[in-house]
Amino acid sequence: MQHYNMNLTLKVWRQKNKEDKGGFQNYQVKDISSEMSFLEMLDVLNEQLIRDGQDPIAFDHDCREGICGMCSLYINGKPHGDWKANTTCQLHMRAFKDGETIVIEPWRAGAFPVVKDLVVDRSAFDRIIQAGGFISVNTGNAVDGNSLPINKDAADAAFAAAMCIGCGACVAACKNASAMLFLSAKVSHLALLPQGDPERKSRVFNMVAQMDKEGFGACTNTGACEAACPKEISIANIARLNKEYLFASITAEK
Amino acid sequence: MLDAKIPAGSLDQKWTDYKGHCKLVNPANKRKLEVIVVGTGLAGASAAASLGELGYKVKVFCFQDSPRRAHSIAAQGGINAAKNYQNDGDSIFRLFYDTIKGGDYRAREANVHRLAEVSGNIIDQCVAQGVPFAREYGGLLSNRSFGGTQVQRTFYAAGQTGQQLLIGAYQALERQIALGNVKMYNRHEMLEVVIIDEKARGIIARDLVNGNLERHFGHAVLLCTGGYGNVFYLSTNAMGSNVTAAWKAHKKGAFFGNPSFTQIHPTCIPVSGDHQSKLTLMSESLRNDGRIWVPKKQGETRKANEIPEEERDYYLERRYPAFGNLVPRDVASRAAKERCDAGFGVGTSKQAVYLDFADAIKRYGKIEIGKEGRENVSEEEIIALGKEVVKEKYGNLFDMYEKITGENPYELPMRIYPAVHYTMGGLWVDYELMTTVKGLYALGEANFSDHGANRLGASALMQGLADGYFVIPYTIGNYLADEIYNKSISTDHEAFVTTEKEVSNRIEKLMSIKGNISVETFHKRLGKIMWDKCGMARNAQGLEQAITEIQQLKKEFWSDVKIPGAINEFNPELDKAGRVADFIELGELMCIDALQRNESCGGHFREEYQTNEGEALRDDSNYMYVSAWEHKQEHTWELHKETLNYEVIKPTQRNYK
Amino acid sequence: MTWKQVFTSSVGKKLVMGFTGIFLILFLIVHVGLNACIWANDGGEMFNKGAHFMGANWVPRILEIGLFAGLLLHIIQGLLLVFYNRSKRTVGYAINYGNRGSKWYSRSMGLLGTIILLFLILHLANFWLPNRSHQGFLLGEEINLYTTMKDVFSNILVVIVYVFGCISLGYHLAHGFQSAFKTLGIHNKRWHKSISAVGLAFSIIVPLLFAMMPLSFYFGWIN
Repeated sequence: MQHYNMNLTLKVWRQKNKEDKGGFQNYQVKDISSEMSFLEMLDVLNEQLIRDGQDPIAFDHDCREGICGMCSLYINGKPHGDWKANTTCQLHMRAFKDGETIVIEPWRAGAFPVVKDLVVDRSAFDRIIQAGGFISVNTGNAVDGNSLPINKDAADAAFAAAMCIGCGACVAACKNASAMLFLSAKVSHLALLPQGDPERKSRVFNMVAQMDKEGFGACTNTGACEAACPKEISIANIARLNKEYLFASITAEK
Repeated sequence: MLDAKIPAGSLDQKWTDYKGHCKLVNPANKRKLEVIVVGTGLAGASAAASLGELGYKVKVFCFQDSPRRAHSIAAQGGINAAKNYQNDGDSIFRLFYDTIKGGDYRAREANVHRLAEVSGNIIDQCVAQGVPFAREYGGLLSNRSFGGTQVQRTFYAAGQTGQQLLIGAYQALERQIALGNVKMYNRHEMLEVVIIDEKARGIIARDLVNGNLERHFGHAVLLCTGGYGNVFYLSTNAMGSNVTAAWKAHKKGAFFGNPSFTQIHPTCIPVSGDHQSKLTLMSESLRNDGRIWVPKKQGETRKANEIPEEERDYYLERRYPAFGNLVPRDVASRAAKERCDAGFGVGTSKQAVYLDFADAIKRYGKIEIGKEGRENVSEEEIIALGKEVVKEKYGNLFDMYEKITGENPYELPMRIYPAVHYTMGGLWVDYELMTTVKGLYALGEANFSDHGANRLGASALMQGLADGYFVIPYTIGNYLADEIYNKSISTDHEAFVTTEKEVSNRIEKLMSIKGNISVETFHKRLGKIMWDKCGMARNAQGLEQAITEIQQLKKEFWSDVKIPGAINEFNPELDKAGRVADFIELGELMCIDALQRNESCGGHFREEYQTNEGEALRDDSNYMYVSAWEHKQEHTWELHKETLNYEVIKPTQRNYK
Repeated sequence: MTWKQVFTSSVGKKLVMGFTGIFLILFLIVHVGLNACIWANDGGEMFNKGAHFMGANWVPRILEIGLFAGLLLHIIQGLLLVFYNRSKRTVGYAINYGNRGSKWYSRSMGLLGTIILLFLILHLANFWLPNRSHQGFLLGEEINLYTTMKDVFSNILVVIVYVFGCISLGYHLAHGFQSAFKTLGIHNKRWHKSISAVGLAFSIIVPLLFAMMPLSFYFGWIN
């Protein structure tokens, strides 16, 4: 792999706080190595801004290895940038060419208000989990881990859904700003396991109600969420959620 | 005199006896008792959830935007438990023994035994929560093997075990939040412990969104704030991982145990340039199939593929024929450093060695051909089939490597180099996980822990969850039972006011420096000092130099740091400045600790103390203790020793030849 | 979980869309089947028989009410959903994800539906309204629909509008068909694959047949 350096123009969304209207601002960065990660490139820009006495750009990030789900950024019209099945922190600068202009926006959704610049408030996701994204088992109540065999395919499918990192790319990508992929990943994860069975009806109902309350849109099955998901969570999970919901509403006692 | 409060009785009865005799709090009183938990990783989330379930009023704090982001999430390999599901001779005693031995005999027997005892319950609990562990076709749980053990006791969920366990604990925590037992404070950083009448009674936290300081009361405070590997600047820790909470507690009277014990993981992706902000781990499991080598010639310029077999030095296989590429982490790391320092390193930086899968690919390819019973198969076809097998086993790791380096590890050997990964040191705690400050507890990686001088793979997750789910719910009751007479203290209490003032003064002081050098630059400089002089190998001269350099760095920091923005706004640079200031102080203590320990053990390798063959040389007669440091004043600490008594295990020299 | 709660939730609203969508798909089969009688080339005899059955018998006439109800529900709920979903992103992006993440027509169901609605108004005004008003909206005598068709489709403008309407219907179905089944909870890969294939075929064949009708009359392919 040939390494190279590049000069770039960055068009970055700046917004002082939640109330501020915000707008784009252009920045130039020079001698960016193709070996840098995208966030390291932003680190370089921030160091430059601090040196020049300007306010550095705020962006969320933590693990920088693609698993914590904290980094976001809508880069050139795609959540987490152009690489497939990838998070912003794992996007590297060899994805860009010398002289390119990169447009960086925050996640856009009514349910994800901007905190500052590129940082948004995703606590709505936590509240959706609070509404039912768990199995009600207190510590110490558990029976032996092997007392209940679980079909391997079901366990694997549950794991594939549970891989969701809660980054919000699905919401950012969806034209309706719907959180259905996030929600359905959790509903599927728990519905596929026998341990999740006792609460399956109330879970799906309450979690959907909470999603609506938080101000996310409805799913129209466009598939943009799946295409943007860094963990390639399948849109089939949404269909499974719908099944759970339909089943729960038909068989509910009241 | 340090009292670890280890219960009397035989080792395997201590925890049972303790649980049978510790004080309890009745449900009506639990409702009146408030507990503060700082950090939401495996230890914090599990503790908060469990205490909430018991009925305590719990407040939880994390600096990230959600409790689910805590860095436990990045753990790849697995979690150990003495279940013996594989019928291969595992037992509580064996897990206990392996952990003590792996820790190079610098851990407390009673704690480690308790850890092994509850390990099985953790798996049960997690399964009940819906953690999708890997399973066999019969529907039962699957296990894999890990370094430093001879049994298969590691439970896993592909390469994302930490994520799955954390999500399990996070969900349990969110459930308690929904039930109103726990109150969550996201994007809040603890900046001070409030101590009233020699007991921890609360914290001062800063809302990172608006910069406001808040006072929170608690009858007890639990620090579950992880490790401090970021003192090295470059580590596999998350960018936000920090020592601040633990350090504040330390300065308020909590002793710091074994600060110099750091784990350097041998297989990480090497540094690519000055811009590097963090390092990424490649799972230990790769060493099962990869062969590690460097060229035999110094300053080799040919590409890996062009170097013939006889000019390659498989140095681990050469030095440690018995364990080969599977020697423990500390040994593998030091061997890589030795080769690179001697000028045999590869890559542009020359600070890397090769991890080569070519042999494994051929071997697997031949097995596949064998299964099909074919003969006269071309070399290319064997390699193609072998690649498929390797992809099946390690595909996600190979993809991650390619994303970061841009190189295809199926064609070229991976370049790897050791990196800081975990800190065995931390706040000193007794058997009940209480620090030397009453009512102040430390759980998980934040305490000096059960791993002695070196942690075995897949044991960090086990310890975090053991502390949170199964230890603290008992031991905290033993303390809080006497607290039922103490009503909640108003946060208008003088101690809260003065402590808050201390915090705001410090923040104002930081902001008023208005110097020329960014926080990041100071952090990098600290990291370089630490890595060069207190990293994989240390010596007295280097450590002494490091102490002087760090003291100088501290002066410079407090006179020339440049922090943009204002206090009362979302200001990540200010948050970082506070953390780096604490790292600088910690760095000094780490060097002091490394300097006083005139022996080599586990992750602590003092160049003066090695065998003729370059192996670590322990000194059990003089250093079989935990060093617990008490902060006295700036640059001054007092050493307290907790002598380690091995009643059951006889320490021996580790030998992997 | 009352019925009201079920059908006012975002998933419930989608269920309404899915159920009514499938119902309308079924109607399309009946409609295209009956209209295909024009190609019998018998001067509209067979076609008019069919039309007579649909118009003069009380069973299909009652079903017709159901059809209108379903149609209205689909239209109203659909439009409400479009506005509901639009309101969820107050500040838009400078650069949209666009076709890189999804098909344009899957994102344009509201637009396609509105075009179909406009077409439908014209369509009803062309045939249904004159016929039913002639019947006094009861079971009265019908007009000759075959000759009406011949009449209406002699105008090139009308033919163009009809073809355009059919293309919109095709794209609407291309997404709507499989999406409806997803909404009703078909998640197995196997079933989803078959349904997608059937849906694609349906969304090409049925609108194509419909589009062929005005073209056939205009170009005189039938007598």
